[in-house]
Amino acid sequence: MSDKHAKYKSKYTADRMIPGAFEGETITRRRFMTGSAHTAGAIAAGAFTLPALGFALGPVFKSTPHRWETVGTVNQFPDNNYIPVVMTLTPGIGEAGKTTVYVRKFNAVLDTDRYDRDTPFIAISSRCAHLGCPVRWVDAAERFICPCHGGVYDLLGRRVGGPPVRPLDRFYTRVAGEDVQVGPRFSVNSELRRFSPRDPGEPLDGIGQYLYPSRPSEQKL
Amino acid sequence: MPKLPRPPAPPMPSALRAPTPRPGEGNGKGGPIDGAKEAGITVVDWVDERTSLSSAGRWLLFRKVPKGTNWFYTLGSATMFAFLSQAVTGVFLAMYYRPDPGGGAYESIRHVTNEVFLGQFVRGMHKWGSTVMVILVFLHMGRTFFFGAYKYPRELNWVIGVVLLILTLVMSFTGYLLPFDQRAYWATIVGVNINGTGPLLGPYLSDFLRGGGEFGATTLSRFYAIHMLLVPGLLVALIGAHLYLVAKLGTTAPPWRKAELRDELREAEA
Repeated sequence: MSDKHAKYKSKYTADRMIPGAFEGETITRRRFMTGSAHTAGAIAAGAFTLPALGFALGPVFKSTPHRWETVGTVNQFPDNNYIPVVMTLTPGIGEAGKTTVYVRKFNAVLDTDRYDRDTPFIAISSRCAHLGCPVRWVDAAERFICPCHGGVYDLLGRRVGGPPVRPLDRFYTRVAGEDVQVGPRFSVNSELRRFSPRDPGEPLDGIGQYLYPSRPSEQKL
Repeated sequence: MPKLPRPPAPPMPSALRAPTPRPGEGNGKGGPIDGAKEAGITVVDWVDERTSLSSAGRWLLFRKVPKGTNWFYTLGSATMFAFLSQAVTGVFLAMYYRPDPGGGAYESIRHVTNEVFLGQFVRGMHKWGSTVMVILVFLHMGRTFFFGAYKYPRELNWVIGVVLLILTLVMSFTGYLLPFDQRAYWATIVGVNINGTGPLLGPYLSDFLRGGGEFGATTLSRFYAIHMLLVPGLLVALIGAHLYLVAKLGTTAPPWRKAELRDELREAEA
């Protein structure tokens, strides 16, 4: 006796001629029980899937604290050539957490860019801006050269050949007493303007900085 | 169709013939072989009566196959056997492997390769088997494409197959890091950074893979969990769905075979 297809549908089950309807009832008990069983099931499933999902995605949004590491003394570094030093990016995992950084003293002739004027030391990351292989400083050629896909960078870390999309990353530096300390990483675009660190392969010129946004895991300075 | 009587079997030479049972010999209990046979049949019947598995088995195995089916049709099963080989060798390798980035991972692989009995062999099976599986997946995909076997009603099976292809490549990528030598480390750095070059979501994806902004303490265990828990489960489920659809829809005839008219239709045509 369902009036499912009738144009006018009463909200009362009794009016809809449903057997066993109570006076003033607007939803059948069967429907109510089905709905509450489904709701309980959804709550139970959500109770374990949502925390697990959050746990898995958590590191994407967690920022890591800045670390400063002493890499040498002030007189150790010349102002016209790089000295490679090894510093720890991720403590506790041995060799896998270390990286090579090329350090030299600030040189007023070379480092004419206005962003570099207040930097006592220039620290250039050995992480290639193409896909992250380790570049090495070739003294005779005055170039950083990447062994993987042939990226070449000049003395300031600007790309002069190969596939990289931006200059080599740099690190903040500071002097504490006689010690030179290297701190957090930052990325630069082709004009050496500073950006919060990006992964390799992500250009920063033009719309690049919007296509590859800064992530929450990178704390801003 | 009425059942025809079976013709009698040709007589065996008398030397090979079993001795005729004498009265009183064969009507007691049978020998131990007969007993074992009986027990086996009883167990199978007991399970089958409660699950009807034998009809499912017949449905899966005794299917009609079109004329012209050839060796190219075995590439799918070959891929599945490559997967089974990976699963079995992987389970036993997992008994020795330690996902410890501080040197333990490399050391455990070195131990398996150099010191465990047959360790080099089983690890070699897993390592080379992964390459074999990727090659077989592509050959199987090529067979499906060039024989037109992806067309109606098999489109969904093609889609599942593409997901299986992607998952196989995810397995290759995550498994590559586990030996944790120089090649594994730098290949993963490069691979994760390639992921990062996708616009907008890429940076988040590479953060998810590394478990942070830099290659960190949990990156290796993340890859290990994805490699041996997450993706294999998905692969098993999807291979099941893939096989179900193959059994349900049947295999396609090769494209060079013309449709054959039944004899009575051919006469009517003439």
